[in-house]
Amino acid sequence: MGSRASSLLREEDIEEIKKETGFSHSQITRLYSRFHSLDKGENGALSREDFQRIPELAINPLGDRIINAFFPEGTNKKYTAREDQVNFRGFMRTLAHFRPVEDNEKNKDLTSGEPLNSRTNKLHFAFQLYDLDRDDKISRDELLQVLRMMVGVNISDEQLGSIADRTIQEADTNGDMCISFSEFTKVLEKVDVEQKMSIRFLH
Amino acid sequence: MRTRGSETISKAGTDQSGVALVINREPKLSQEFQVEDTDPDPDPGETTQAVFTLNYPRIQIPFEITLWVLLASFAKIGFHVYHKITVWVPESCLLISIGLIVGGIMHSLHEKPPAVLTSNAFFLYMLPPIVLDSGYFMPTRPFFENFGTVLWFAVVGTLWNSIGIGISLFAICQIEVFGVQDITLQENFLFASIISAVEPVAVLTVFEDISVHEQLYIVVFGECLFNDAVTVVLYNLFNHVAALEVVEAGDVFLDIGRFFVVGLGGTIFGALFGFVTAFTTRFTGKVREIEPLIIFLYSYLAYLIAELFAISSIMAIVICALTMKYYVEENVSQRSCTTIRHVIKMVGSVSETLIFFFLGVVTITTEHEWNWGYILFALLFALLWRGLGILVLTQIINPFRTIPFNFKDQFGLAYGGLRGAVSFALAFTLPDNIGRKDLFITGTIVVIIFTVFIQGITIRPLLKLMNVRKTNRNQETINDEIHKRLMEHTVAGIEDLCGQWSHYYWKDKFMKFNNRILRKILIRDNHPESSIVALYKKLELQNAMEVLDQMSGDISAAPSLISLHEERKNASKSRKKFLSSDVTNMHELLSKNMYKIRHRTVSYTNKHTLPDDITAREILMRRHTSLRRSLRAGSFHGTNAAKMSQKYFSLPMGRSLNSRFPPRRLVHADGDIESEINYSSIRHPQRVSSKAVMPLRPLNTLKEVASSVNTVDGQNEEQRGCRRSHLGSNVSRSGHLTSHLPHGSSRNCSDGDHDAWVEEPQNNSDVQHPLMRRPHWLPQKPHDK
Repeated sequence: MGSRASSLLREEDIEEIKKETGFSHSQITRLYSRFHSLDKGENGALSREDFQRIPELAINPLGDRIINAFFPEGTNKKYTAREDQVNFRGFMRTLAHFRPVEDNEKNKDLTSGEPLNSRTNKLHFAFQLYDLDRDDKISRDELLQVLRMMVGVNISDEQLGSIADRTIQEADTNGDMCISFSEFTKVLEKVDVEQKMSIRFLH
Repeated sequence: MRTRGSETISKAGTDQSGVALVINREPKLSQEFQVEDTDPDPDPGETTQAVFTLNYPRIQIPFEITLWVLLASFAKIGFHVYHKITVWVPESCLLISIGLIVGGIMHSLHEKPPAVLTSNAFFLYMLPPIVLDSGYFMPTRPFFENFGTVLWFAVVGTLWNSIGIGISLFAICQIEVFGVQDITLQENFLFASIISAVEPVAVLTVFEDISVHEQLYIVVFGECLFNDAVTVVLYNLFNHVAALEVVEAGDVFLDIGRFFVVGLGGTIFGALFGFVTAFTTRFTGKVREIEPLIIFLYSYLAYLIAELFAISSIMAIVICALTMKYYVEENVSQRSCTTIRHVIKMVGSVSETLIFFFLGVVTITTEHEWNWGYILFALLFALLWRGLGILVLTQIINPFRTIPFNFKDQFGLAYGGLRGAVSFALAFTLPDNIGRKDLFITGTIVVIIFTVFIQGITIRPLLKLMNVRKTNRNQETINDEIHKRLMEHTVAGIEDLCGQWSHYYWKDKFMKFNNRILRKILIRDNHPESSIVALYKKLELQNAMEVLDQMSGDISAAPSLISLHEERKNASKSRKKFLSSDVTNMHELLSKNMYKIRHRTVSYTNKHTLPDDITAREILMRRHTSLRRSLRAGSFHGTNAAKMSQKYFSLPMGRSLNSRFPPRRLVHADGDIESEINYSSIRHPQRVSSKAVMPLRPLNTLKEVASSVNTVDGQNEEQRGCRRSHLGSNVSRSGHLTSHLPHGSSRNCSDGDHDAWVEEPQNNSDVQHPLMRRPHWLPQKPHDK
């Protein structure tokens, strides 16, 4: 909210971000001041450490994964080292996934015709929290990792293993013992993803 | 009589008060002895002069108080022995029951209860601790976010209730049948204000288990708090008014104006005292022992001086506690902080317990004036108006809220309106010029007992019923459950990341003001960021050591790695068949064990215990181990270890943290893992291959700042002491690391450490990862293990 912060953000940038993500002007300015306050190095980009400095994220079971989701991978789909800085546009792009869905969406994101906060994209975001190696499949190990992160210490590994097995069994339709994105989408078709993966951003 | 006294002494527990009261009768006897003893001509041979005298009157008052408090404590201990009781029956119920039993005993012995509960005693000694307890443990952030709602329900709600009940009761009084025409309108209002004070302690514990959303907690909690203040103000107001013969319109307006003056005055006063306290603690760096004392003294002083000026003392003390907490917790040492919290909790809960106790006792032993009509209608109206009130008020305020209250919430709020200690005390201390005082007392007791017992016990099943109907659990698949939880955590994380605040404008302004000015003045070492980072690193470091030494690696991924490997081979085999019972088990396991969303685990839900941070600690510990493992993996043996160890850490593979480390840190030729992660000897569970065992360096390199040997308390003890804002409760610098950190050893936290920890991070600007930015105290030489 400080004037100093918003002066670093130019109007044309705001317009572009608005088009790309669908946030309103005031939301963008507000998020920019938050971005700015997180950015300790004052270099216009956030590194992982800046995120890790947020204490609430440290005690969020999925904290690291969430932080990870902000850092885009390289342009080829195969696993490459991620960049370690995210600029404001990247920041907003990721946050855009969490915008509540409104009926009259007009904006597009860069790669597909859908807005960033569509159901599919929200599901994709969640999917990518599981799928670390980006092979578009959630393997049993990946599922176990996430389960272990979300669950307390009282569940033994065997139990967790069975839970993971059951999860895959419920979702897996093509028998490859992994959950692909389409299987993931299908299994969550009854869940109100739009509402669950939305945050009311303040103006 | 003497023998009777000794007989009763030999009985256990609850009869102790009987003893006290029996002895009560004996003063004359002992006094006779006294007289004889002071006989001017003591003749050593005289047999009437006893070697052993009994001087009861001297110790009478403190003795009786002590016995009562002790009795109340035994009662508390007793409940928790059988855990199931506390789940189903709220603690207030149990306390009142014990009080009833003791009252029964006393009544049968024809004793009167000690006349301790006078107006002065209550208002000056018993109420402040209760209120301080509520105020201090009020979580500030959610509180301010919901401030409007809280005030709305507390102030307007209470007013609505009081006025509604008062008027309806007055209408009832007009009906001749009940024979209570002599009660004036003012007196009715007075009574109404007494019984509209709600105490949601029991409700909070129930809500916690039924996962009502967090907004409701804070509204209920805040409502209770302000409710007390409003009730006391109203009570005084109506008391004053009731004494007047004639009420004029001008008086009424004056009184309303007074209401606001009182409330606001209390707030401002409290804030002032809060800041003064904070300022004082800035200078107590060298005299840590008196820090808790200062806090208590200032709070109590705020209360007393507010009483002096007849402004709302409850508001004063609550606001004082709220304001000073933030600054004080940064200034005082860890131990002082723990002490403060413990003492406040203790005194507050003792006070409340005592009041409930008295309630039980007084119920049996006083003369009651019973009037069917009046009392039953009072009960009815109390419930009715509360329900109506909640309904109407929610409708009005829902549009303004970011998260509106649904029906279940409203039901919880309304049905959960149990009356409690404050109501009783207020009734009991009514001035005697109220004609129908006994009736009022009886009425209050009836309302309290009804709400506490009936509503308190049934609210849980009712809410469960309502809850279950909403989410049809059996049709939910495991996938649903897991993925939903994942999404909830994600959303909570993103919200934290965005720093969402409802009324952000004022908050931002205040935070700026705070950071620029207030913190500089009120806090001793003003390093806002680094203290948080430093302190949660402290926690991580200490917890990692603790866990790995104590638990056999449940949290660390190590054992899982092996089993996982094996399971992996088997996984490709035939699909397992899952019985429906298996699935139900899984559901249960998950629902019990999955970490709740952060907000829900915040500590304030249970009024009777101190906050704990178990979940946070587990999560941090896990991160620590995984990060450590990743480091090891990176610089260590080839693919095998890397593959194995990457399983559980949440950073992407290859994203080597090591790359962030300037090369000089990885110098050690023998492949030791680097200096920075100075963990204690990690005792890996036997299953892990020896390769994974890291030769580690003991932490005595950290001795530079203070040579305090820190050892870790029993875990539970620790958790009590954790402060949420700091995420860490002690400095862990263990000197003796190759052995188990002994359990239960005392924490030695020399306070010089505090400063050192805080300053440290600034030196490590070259290391990027904050978690890995271990305080690097001395240039180190590696030593083996």
